[in-house]
Amino acid sequence: MTFQTRITKALNNPTLQIALDRNSERRITGRNAVFATLPDAEAVRDRGRAIRIEALSHLDQYLDQFATNVEARGGHVHWAADAAEAREVVLRLARESAARRPGGQSGPPIVAKGKSMVSEEIELNHALEAAGMKAVETDLGEFIVQLRGETPSHLITPAVHLRREDVSDLFHQQFGMEQTLDVAQMTAVARAELRRTFFTADLGLSGVNFGVAETGTMALVTNEGNGRLCTTVPRVHVALMGIERLVPTLVDLEVMMRLLPRSATAQKLSTYVSLLSGPRRPGEPDGPEELHVVLLDNGRSRALGGELAESLLCIRCGACLNVCPVFREIGGHAYGAVYGGPIGSVVSPALFGSEFDELANASSLCGACRDVCPVRIDIPTMLLTVRAQYVETGQPPAWMKIGMTGWGWAMAGTTRYRLAQKFAALGTRLLAQGGRVRRLPPPLDAWTRRRDFPVFASRTFRDRWRERRQKP
Amino acid sequence: MPTPQIDSVQLCITCIVDSLFPEVGEAVVAVFDRLGIDVTFPEAQTCCGQPGYNGGFRSEARRLALHTMSVFEASPAPVVVPSGSCAAMMIHGYADLFQDDPPNLARARALAARTYEFSQFLVDVLRLPPAAVAAGARLDEKVTFHTSCHLLRGLGVKDAGQKLLAAVDGVQVAPLPDAQQCCGFGGLFAIKHGDISSAMLDAKLAAVRATGATTVVACDMSCLMHMQGGLSRDNSAVRCRHLAEVLTAGQGPA
Repeated sequence: MTFQTRITKALNNPTLQIALDRNSERRITGRNAVFATLPDAEAVRDRGRAIRIEALSHLDQYLDQFATNVEARGGHVHWAADAAEAREVVLRLARESAARRPGGQSGPPIVAKGKSMVSEEIELNHALEAAGMKAVETDLGEFIVQLRGETPSHLITPAVHLRREDVSDLFHQQFGMEQTLDVAQMTAVARAELRRTFFTADLGLSGVNFGVAETGTMALVTNEGNGRLCTTVPRVHVALMGIERLVPTLVDLEVMMRLLPRSATAQKLSTYVSLLSGPRRPGEPDGPEELHVVLLDNGRSRALGGELAESLLCIRCGACLNVCPVFREIGGHAYGAVYGGPIGSVVSPALFGSEFDELANASSLCGACRDVCPVRIDIPTMLLTVRAQYVETGQPPAWMKIGMTGWGWAMAGTTRYRLAQKFAALGTRLLAQGGRVRRLPPPLDAWTRRRDFPVFASRTFRDRWRERRQKP
Repeated sequence: MPTPQIDSVQLCITCIVDSLFPEVGEAVVAVFDRLGIDVTFPEAQTCCGQPGYNGGFRSEARRLALHTMSVFEASPAPVVVPSGSCAAMMIHGYADLFQDDPPNLARARALAARTYEFSQFLVDVLRLPPAAVAAGARLDEKVTFHTSCHLLRGLGVKDAGQKLLAAVDGVQVAPLPDAQQCCGFGGLFAIKHGDISSAMLDAKLAAVRATGATTVVACDMSCLMHMQGGLSRDNSAVRCRHLAEVLTAGQGPA
């Protein structure tokens, strides 16, 4: 399916349109209200940005420090250059853990998954299933999306494309739940289903919101408690982490924690913040026997040296998706990428290459994303960088190449420019009905399908200016 | 800071006003005439290059940026642009285009330092009392103001236009719901992704209708052309007008 096909589908999906409007209204209001409670919010954002820049500027050193500290606390570190390597590590660990089941029960390895965009990036569920294993998403939104055979449509709220009515239908079909719009009742159904998974899983998998270099700590920011269960109940915990997700110190983490929940879910603090530093130590009642951290590159170190490096500052709060008027119309799936919305339209080409360049065209460059970004990523300017790549690699359609080259030539000289004005005036006068142009030929019909176009002036401003100057 | 003494400006009319909305240009000149500020119009000017820059066609954009810089370097007078979007292009876009070209970057920065959008220039630079700028204008209508994105977020001009509009005799200003939401224009975006752009326009026009205003005012003819195009298609009587037109309303032809 092409980008345009997915866009058309989204625009013509009334359920999606309602869900997206509700999301934006709720999230924008909430975010603004909760930022109003943060003293010196602008200064905190500046500090957050500086912390992320520091981490990325010396990423090699901080990664080394982080890995050393994880290992010093009894964890294992796995370096994965790409998605395939990361998948392989997880599959091997799941197999090994299942082979050591207490009581020796048979059956396929079971993986209890907390929310992780990196796991989506490496298409882990697909790989686990292909290997005959069972992967269960335990975040409520991810659980819903998995039952529907879909992928998440938002960084933070994976099922944002659905209304509660749709979830009721789903749970009714899957679990025989009586139709209801009561969220608590639906959550209870999911909870009962998921409870079993936590206690039978061979491996618990999580993402990582921030890795703290000075201690080897991994911070997990969650609201449902599933993250804590995934990381403490199964015998083995595997944390999947992009290599850019570091902050230097615990003090830095505190600054980021003032920004992330506020930007993501309009909370001063999420319900759970787990700081994971190593597996269970002797005498401790909780925690996994083994802790593994998979550090994924998958294009990140290449992006760090390129023009889109600033996109790696992203803390995956999703605020730019919520304020984006384009996302509000087309939702996350239309982007056809793991990372959608404004930041995804930069991150996807930065990490995965030029086949995602076209996403950057779907922006009016209104700048709402830059305004809301907690670490002030200049997303519009990077969208322009991606568009320049799109042009330099010859991707635009022929009409655009010809049109823009012709335009550039015509505008570069005053005589040509005046001639172009006269042609446009003549052309639009011929096409006009009742003083407005109601239909333009392709590709300009994309304008006139919804909008009339004005007629070019027969006496331009410069004509009038000359006449005015010639008057005595 | 004392109010700067500026007695002349260079008008960068923008290709869209020059070609499609010359009456807006005349209104801008009329406002300056009334304020006793001399206007020059360098006739070699064409387009600032924004469509190329925004579309990723950087070499075309650079060519037009160089042309535009040379046009306005002939005089040291401030450059006033009746468009937040074209002003933002000259103020921020040129510096971005020439980031790896130090001599032209210096030229871009020097021009950026004396380039202003129309309402920004009157209110934030000259610090003229809005009532003085609007003196003599009269419009007995309910109006609403669209804060165009590049003016608001690109140039950080928060309310200069609203202040001037409120000072016009007879005008009743109705606040626009979700005022900071983009109208969906976005230049080439309105063609490349005409359907998304139109969906955004629908949301904007619903907000306009909710105000009951008969005129939408803004400082960017591109956004106004987009909104007027939708209103016209809907056979709505609501009109879109540039702020300068409202500031000279009721005074006969300029």
